[in-house]
Amino acid sequence: MSAVAQSMNSDLGAIRPFQVNFPEAKLADLRKRVNATVWPDKETVSDESEGIQLAVIQKLARYWSTEYDWRRCEAAINAVPNFITEIDGLDIHFIHVRSKHENALPIVITHGWPGSIVEQMKLIEPLTNPTAHGGTAADAFHVVIPSMAGYGFSGKPTAPGWDTARMARAWTVLMKRLGYSKFVAQGGDWGSLVSEQMALQAPPELLGIHINLPFAVPPAILQALPSHKAPPGLDADEKYAFERIDFFLVNGLTYALQMANHPQTLYGIADSPIGLAAWFLEHDLLSYQLIARSFDGVPEGLTRDDILDNITLTWLTNTAISGARLYRENKLPFFVPLGVKIPVAVSAFPDELYAVPKNWAEQAYPGLIHYNKVEKGGHFAAWEQPKLFTEELRAGFRTLRV
Amino acid sequence: MNAVVKQVASEGTAIRPFVVSIPDEDLTDLRRRIVAARLPENEAVPGLSRGLRLATIQKLARYWATDYDWRRVEAKLNSYPQFITAIDGLDIHFIHARSRHETALPLIVTHGWPGSIIEQLKIIEPLIDPTAHGGSAADAFHVVIPSRPGNGFSGNPMTPGWDCTRIARAWDLLMNRLGYMRYVAQGGDWGALISEQMGALAPRGLLGIHTNLPSAVPAEVLAALASHIPPPGLDAEERRAFEKLDSFFSQGLSYAYQMAGHTHALYGIADSPIGLATWLLDNELWSQQLIARAVDDQPESLTRDDLLDNITLYWLTDTAISAAGLYRENKLPFFAPMGVTTPVAVSVFADETYQLPRSWAERAYPGLIHYNKVEKGGHFAAWEQPKLFTEELRAGFNSLRG
Repeated sequence: MSAVAQSMNSDLGAIRPFQVNFPEAKLADLRKRVNATVWPDKETVSDESEGIQLAVIQKLARYWSTEYDWRRCEAAINAVPNFITEIDGLDIHFIHVRSKHENALPIVITHGWPGSIVEQMKLIEPLTNPTAHGGTAADAFHVVIPSMAGYGFSGKPTAPGWDTARMARAWTVLMKRLGYSKFVAQGGDWGSLVSEQMALQAPPELLGIHINLPFAVPPAILQALPSHKAPPGLDADEKYAFERIDFFLVNGLTYALQMANHPQTLYGIADSPIGLAAWFLEHDLLSYQLIARSFDGVPEGLTRDDILDNITLTWLTNTAISGARLYRENKLPFFVPLGVKIPVAVSAFPDELYAVPKNWAEQAYPGLIHYNKVEKGGHFAAWEQPKLFTEELRAGFRTLRV
Repeated sequence: MNAVVKQVASEGTAIRPFVVSIPDEDLTDLRRRIVAARLPENEAVPGLSRGLRLATIQKLARYWATDYDWRRVEAKLNSYPQFITAIDGLDIHFIHARSRHETALPLIVTHGWPGSIIEQLKIIEPLIDPTAHGGSAADAFHVVIPSRPGNGFSGNPMTPGWDCTRIARAWDLLMNRLGYMRYVAQGGDWGALISEQMGALAPRGLLGIHTNLPSAVPAEVLAALASHIPPPGLDAEERRAFEKLDSFFSQGLSYAYQMAGHTHALYGIADSPIGLATWLLDNELWSQQLIARAVDDQPESLTRDDLLDNITLYWLTDTAISAAGLYRENKLPFFAPMGVTTPVAVSVFADETYQLPRSWAERAYPGLIHYNKVEKGGHFAAWEQPKLFTEELRAGFNSLRG
């Protein structure tokens, strides 16, 4: 990828401006590959139990190779300030948008898998410019959105070791390098783990974190999961959370096992745009159903363009495999509390992999400063429901502002 | 890929001759896709811990796109009589090679995953023409080698249900339709499960089976595998078998879980020849050294051409996803005895997934008629060591000849 100068490390500490500009030939090649896709037979069932339905992915392919316009997404990324700086030997790309309100709270927001900075684009305006988006000047944030190591426009690690703890350390270096001596962190999916790792490291500059996929499942629940039988005495919220986690671990984890085991074997997602798209749509059932509806002309939170912006960015940067390696780097079991002591704000979205009950959040986070059940939103909450998500960040961090 | 017209199953019991003839344009298209393959960057670690190494795949791709000659194996396939007949609503393709010795024993041989009829091509001549291959006329077999449903030139199931039991019933119908009222069955990998299902169903015509991947691990040993601690009282040989099974289950069955979970997340193996090649080559059944040596053109048993004949057959018939469906259909636990009461012959190859001790074979198979440890050969024994394999079939079935 010559369009994106990856891994060209410059002077330590330097912050270089960055713009996205893929050559037309790359876009033509992508369209050509999508049009030339070799399809398997239709699934043998009439539901999504065998994976991504042929009719859904073929609708995606048709839209991708005809109407979809990457230049729109590229322009949106370039409309905000982008930078690259080397941290711990790796080039880290990030968006950095300062609020006009000087006392705004600096925040670093981390995306997950299968995501990218595209997930957070809709938050930038309401967070940096609250008075134009239903808030007051006291709600303002300075926003930093990095691409995780191996993702998007960040460098690809050439040696093992870039796990979430290392990224957490890098994010603190980044925020300090930007001149922020007090800041907060936010994340969902892998971004949750990166943010919780930051909280565990507890650098003095970090005031607190906000999480929308909390690692907060109590030990008794974790022990009961292998039997698929909920322990006695759970209330309705806890029982539902147990069922959702059980469903995910039983039905939804094979992609994670493959990437944790042999990420390098997935050459098909590096070489085939449709292979990549289907692998990304596979994340979890409710997200897939939401995406499938958007290609049926019934978008609810994510549009066809949202979905394809993220997939196209991953395609154009050839980061499907380098991004997948995070699953291999990670050694922490999903959802097990890390022992975070600093202030934590939690938002429980109803269609997330599981909606954490309040008492679990209280057990996992002695510094719980905010807990709210949000009426709408799923695994990609910031992307799906940016307005509700913004309100959560404003409310969640309010007590940490001076 | 429309080279192979996968028709709706024909009516009745007609047996239609079949000849493989892939259009030139399909071969050109394949080469074009290999040359245009977009590869990920190098894996971040040395060794094989993250999947097939990029350098190996690049070498394989270079050979595949230049010197590899599909017409050679096509001619080999067409040198044997091939047929298609509809069974239980599905077109079944098979090779049917009769011995000139009229008293030959009819034998149905079933391939596994990630294989095809290519796995069995080397054993046809020695089995049907023993006098030219170190045997006597009394060693002769009439050989039937079907393509599994969803694999190669057989039809793809359009509805669920084609599990090992249904295939076993279909094979009995096939042998009867060919006029064989007394026959034997053989298999490794899925072929072993299918043959053992035939042994469990025990249709009247089935004289016995030969397996090289026996489902014969005692219940207490299977139960102990979850804890990784061998049950007490195992002798040295049983202990080694336990350790091999333990390492099989621990070292990453992620490819199997993915196919058992969601075959239709793997569009990348249908659309990308390199994605397909790596998916078929990267699982614990292969010796990675065996693959690397073959690709380096220093083969010990399997050659580059062997590997690519099989992969190319999957590609040209567009059956990567349909063949994977058996993982989803299967509900039988791996290696658990199925209650086979017919005569059973077992060959234990030195590098197979595990080496079945004689004590376990005797417990699992009350009708054990042959047990032999073979010094050389692994999971693809018929393909790797056709001479030794042929000797095993001759010895194994010797007592069943009338």
